[in-house]
Amino acid sequence: MITLQFLPYGEIESLSSAQRITKLLELIQQDKVVLLQGRLKPDEEAKLIQETMELISDNFKGMELCTIYPEEKNLQFFKKMRRGMTKFLLGNREGITIIGPSSVVKDIKRDPNKIELFTVAPSLAKSGKTSAKKKRGK
Amino acid sequence: MIRILRDFTKRIFGQLFRGRKQVKLGLYGPPNSGKTTLANRICKDWLGEELGSASKIPHETREVQVKEAVKIKSKGKELNFNVVDTPGIATKIDYEDFMKHKMKPQDAKKRAKEATRGVIEAIKWLDNVDAVLVVLDATENPYSQVNITIVGNLAARKIPVMVVANKIDLKKAKIKKVEAAFPQYDVVGISAENGKNMEEFYESLFRLVNKR
Repeated sequence: MITLQFLPYGEIESLSSAQRITKLLELIQQDKVVLLQGRLKPDEEAKLIQETMELISDNFKGMELCTIYPEEKNLQFFKKMRRGMTKFLLGNREGITIIGPSSVVKDIKRDPNKIELFTVAPSLAKSGKTSAKKKRGK
Repeated sequence: MIRILRDFTKRIFGQLFRGRKQVKLGLYGPPNSGKTTLANRICKDWLGEELGSASKIPHETREVQVKEAVKIKSKGKELNFNVVDTPGIATKIDYEDFMKHKMKPQDAKKRAKEATRGVIEAIKWLDNVDAVLVVLDATENPYSQVNITIVGNLAARKIPVMVVANKIDLKKAKIKKVEAAFPQYDVVGISAENGKNMEEFYESLFRLVNKR
């Protein structure tokens, strides 16, 4: 069984970068797949990878991370400005970030417009083996 | 008049020293994309010696390696580089993956531990480089989060970036897909292993450094 936990942006909005990372790592260490509203800042993503590396052991092998974010390149000037203002006032709530422990999520493949999440078969996940059962979603 | 003279002197001397300064060129990317093979190719082309060992087993480079004073010439111009080869950045490291390459469990665990330290060190080095080559395996999907995180961090730090689509000698290589994934960056397709398209690579490298 896979546990998906939705994390609204409001729950991390007031947290510092370090606190956000700690919260996310606590959840994925509980074998939960986190669906975070919005995305982390680039330096937070890098810090999350660094912290994950610190935690790697025989039991925790790391995580899979993927961000879906609306394209900005073809936007009209006023739409871009509106989006910039919203981001400034309300934070980076656009898009979604998927983070899961590699014991549960084998791989997340992204093409520009779709995401495929490959999960590890539950029986194999317990034994730590990596043969995977494919689960597809958009 | 004095001010004009002072500005002129400052500009001339500034350019002179800028020209002499060694550019710290970081090679970043996921494991097994060919960063060390490219660093070796650059060092072999201009120094006649290699930088480090490359292998088909992921995380062969587990420490940042620097080759100083690499003088590169292109179209009559010369620049001095410190080539910084970094360990591949990954979000997961499983020692059992190394055992698939016939490594003993103890050696595989040791390699995994060193690889985690390598990733941390590579990320720390992002603050110490002047320009970056993001080296990608052109046969793999370029939309991986590691690539996006690396490029996002470099953009946030305003570090000039060139995307190198490596392994274009392989049939599965799709340079167009790499270009589509990073439309805002200069993408150069090469084969670091056999030296294909290195001339264009060096020309693009000079353009990149001049953007600083």
